[in-house]
Amino acid sequence: MASWPILSVTTFLPLAGVLFILMLRNDEAGVRNARWVALWTTVVTFAVSLNLLWRFDPSSPEFQFVEKVEWLGGYGAYKMGVDGISLPFVILTTALMPLCIAASWQSIQTRVKEYMIAFLALEVLMVGTFSALDLVLFYLFFEGGLIPMFLIIGVWGGPRRVYASFKFFLYTLLGSVLMLLAIMAMFWQSGTTDIVTLLRHAFPREMQPWLWLAFFASFAVKMPMWPVHTWLPDAHVEAPTAGSVILAAILLKMGGYGFLRFSLPMFPIASADFAPLIFALSVIAIVYTSLVAIVQDDMKKLIAYSSVAHMGFVTMGIFAATAQGVAGGIFQMISHGIVSAALFLCVGVVYDRMHSREIAAYGGLVSRMPVYAAVFLLFTLANVGLPGTSGFVGEFLTLLGTFRVNIVVATLATIGVILSAGYALWLYRKVVFGKLEKPSLAGIRDMGWREGVVFAPLVILTLLFGFYPKPVLDLSAASVTALLENYQRALGAAKTAAMLQ
Amino acid sequence: MNAIPLSSMTPALPEIVLAAGAMALLMVGAFRERSAQLVNLGAIMLLVAAAFLAAALPDGTAFGGSFTVDGFARFMKVLAFGGSAVALVMSLDYLAVEKQQKFEFAILILLSATGMGMLISAGDLIALYLGLELMSLSLYVVAAFNRDSVRSTEAGLKYFVLGALSSGMLLYGCSLIYGFTGTVSFAGIAKASANGGIGLTFGLVFLFAGFCFKVSAVPFHMWTPDVYEGAPTPVSAFFAAAPKIAAMAIFARATISAFPGIVPQWQQIVVFVAIASMVLGAFAAIGQRNIKRLMAYSSIGHMGFALVGLASGTAEGVQGVLVYMSIYLAMTVGAFAVILSMRRPEGMVEQISDLAGLSRTNPAMAFFLALLLFSLAGIPPLAGFFAKYYVFLGAIKAGLYGLAVIGVLASVVGAYYYLLIVKIMYFDEPAKGFQPMPGELKAVLGVAGLFNLLFFVYPAPLIAAAGAAAKSLF
Repeated sequence: MASWPILSVTTFLPLAGVLFILMLRNDEAGVRNARWVALWTTVVTFAVSLNLLWRFDPSSPEFQFVEKVEWLGGYGAYKMGVDGISLPFVILTTALMPLCIAASWQSIQTRVKEYMIAFLALEVLMVGTFSALDLVLFYLFFEGGLIPMFLIIGVWGGPRRVYASFKFFLYTLLGSVLMLLAIMAMFWQSGTTDIVTLLRHAFPREMQPWLWLAFFASFAVKMPMWPVHTWLPDAHVEAPTAGSVILAAILLKMGGYGFLRFSLPMFPIASADFAPLIFALSVIAIVYTSLVAIVQDDMKKLIAYSSVAHMGFVTMGIFAATAQGVAGGIFQMISHGIVSAALFLCVGVVYDRMHSREIAAYGGLVSRMPVYAAVFLLFTLANVGLPGTSGFVGEFLTLLGTFRVNIVVATLATIGVILSAGYALWLYRKVVFGKLEKPSLAGIRDMGWREGVVFAPLVILTLLFGFYPKPVLDLSAASVTALLENYQRALGAAKTAAMLQ
Repeated sequence: MNAIPLSSMTPALPEIVLAAGAMALLMVGAFRERSAQLVNLGAIMLLVAAAFLAAALPDGTAFGGSFTVDGFARFMKVLAFGGSAVALVMSLDYLAVEKQQKFEFAILILLSATGMGMLISAGDLIALYLGLELMSLSLYVVAAFNRDSVRSTEAGLKYFVLGALSSGMLLYGCSLIYGFTGTVSFAGIAKASANGGIGLTFGLVFLFAGFCFKVSAVPFHMWTPDVYEGAPTPVSAFFAAAPKIAAMAIFARATISAFPGIVPQWQQIVVFVAIASMVLGAFAAIGQRNIKRLMAYSSIGHMGFALVGLASGTAEGVQGVLVYMSIYLAMTVGAFAVILSMRRPEGMVEQISDLAGLSRTNPAMAFFLALLLFSLAGIPPLAGFFAKYYVFLGAIKAGLYGLAVIGVLASVVGAYYYLLIVKIMYFDEPAKGFQPMPGELKAVLGVAGLFNLLFFVYPAPLIAAAGAAAKSLF
């Protein structure tokens, strides 16, 4: 047991940075200091979160570092804690934040202080989402993230930023308010909003489908699943590079995390009943959005559609409810967090130089930017799921897990793997290979040292998890086993009850 | 005839202080030249004193049960008197600059506040009507306070004609209820109405029509946008806060304490009114260009949300109403503090587009207004989220799922127009800046904004106080 509230410190530490930045003057030096303050805050937060990893006991499926304080007068408590399912996401968030700040170092030149404040506030809300152990608290963090992201897209975004930010905000809000009502219904039914208690609570059979659908509305939009994914390409295209990175790498994962934390364990009967629906939507997402990705002429849009396809593997794996499927889903989310972040950063590198995301505006970059070409190639192949990269492990495990449950779904989903090779390699060929014919590209510089520093950890992690995925899998193994045991037990009990009637 | 001991009037002390103080200040104003400033300050102090008195008084009744002080009354009176005081503070600068410094303004607000106190504590239909009329008559006059302006006069007249009509309906409802139950006291009605009856239901409908007019709930909301737009801005700020609180208080008190026997009859009315208000408030606000009209539609919507809590008819629901009204008060006065600061050298401006690029011309003001707007939209972690959380909690407990679903969907539609203002302030190119904000408005905006931002850190006291206040009605 930690003697100090290490989880709350990790969560709220970025607020110290916000206060610092607020005190800075609004001149040249203030702007420079704002960048450094934000970078150091996120680095320190990451260091503190590594402490979590250090002290975490992966052999226990229980929640650890639990803190609890009375909060809403009996209608919700401040309760935090992590288990093997949430801890990887907490670390992913804190690890990516310094990279995002570094990636915005030069590309953001207007209203730098506000930008850094928005990112630090967003970090608080994201870490909080993954470590909240109370439904109301979870909702607070989950929804609160909309405000900074709305501003990040709207203030620092591209030409159609207003449309994209409104679509992002209203779409997500619409999904989430229904979840809020479900949270209230759960409170009156069970008398608590404590997630640990609710994980052991059996909701009545007739209530489960409604609650499941309400949570589904929220997480399906966040994930995003076909057909409610349309906000994502817009948001990705218009957001600044670091905003896209956060969106793809972390905000999308909240949907998958929600399915794992709430839908599957709390409403097991409904989850089993609705699994075919999820499978159908996932397969459509994998195949259809991959096809859509092939015809994009905007780099960010292409990667956005590929994100939707990859998230399809995650939902498929989670609701297959097998050990490989769920573990693969978690691994796929972590891997996608690294790979998609890197891909958006790759787009950012050339966007910063040429201010265009059109695929047609590039070509033949390999002759001027060899380092960039190599890095981009690695992440393209990781996106395709080449063995030896982290992308392979996640896709393979989810397919393996699903194969045991539903052969047709697994087979159809495999088509997506082929298609992903199609669009990813096509993108790579158009941008990097060929002759350098465009005169505007003649003077393009290769990656600088700062960009190298940003990419280095991502390259290392992609290869490391590709060859040696054990650390991530071990971290969540105990929690996943416990989750599935509970799930099977609840299903078994429901079956017995049905037979007795 | 026996002399009534003075001590039996103690429960009405805040109102007595307000009424006597208003008379004294009237004398000061009438017999001293240029005393508006003095009268204003005196009125603010009186309202603050009345709020403290109201908070400190123990439970009790006066005037033979017509006047009740209980936890509910204490809570609502503090809000209503506090809201009136803040509205007066916010009007100081406006009145001075617009050369409208007349001492009658503060006196009328004091009298209106006296009426609110009476209304909140009403224990029977007579006291209810007396309080309501004292409050409303003062409101009609302040709406037309800028008597040389056509818009202001029109607003006052419109408000008066429609208000008189609604008072008539309310009175008709009171007489029907009296006719079918044989009593005017809420407790007596509750006893006599246990079995219901068509006549009583008729009376209830008319009574509710009057209440709906006062809280500006659909379908009796038509006056709101015109009056908000036409009346001088500090008056609109006042209208949006204190009278709404008093009217909502009597709505809840009369419904809960006089008609517990016929819940299904009034529940369906409240559910309808709540849905209609939320939906109309959300959709009608989208097309508005004038920020005062927008606030009018926004307040219609918010009254709908508050009524969601009342519709459940449970202590949790009423607790939700109380929490909602407290937070609504903070959000509204903060938003009006900004509207009152929208002044350029050539005069006040009221178009939403005038806020363009405010985040660059006045970052602090834009930040606080954005906070308030996100709060009004009900986005966590701001206070407005908790307001909605508690009313919907009540509705879900009472099994009003349809109402709750429509309500949250309406809140998403409503979020659109609040976001639109944020967009204008943050994403658009700057328009000409405003003149510097007066100190007292800065203070109101800062306090309201920080309250909304930091409410989530320690919400327990307000929730507990609202819970205790709500229980006293049951």
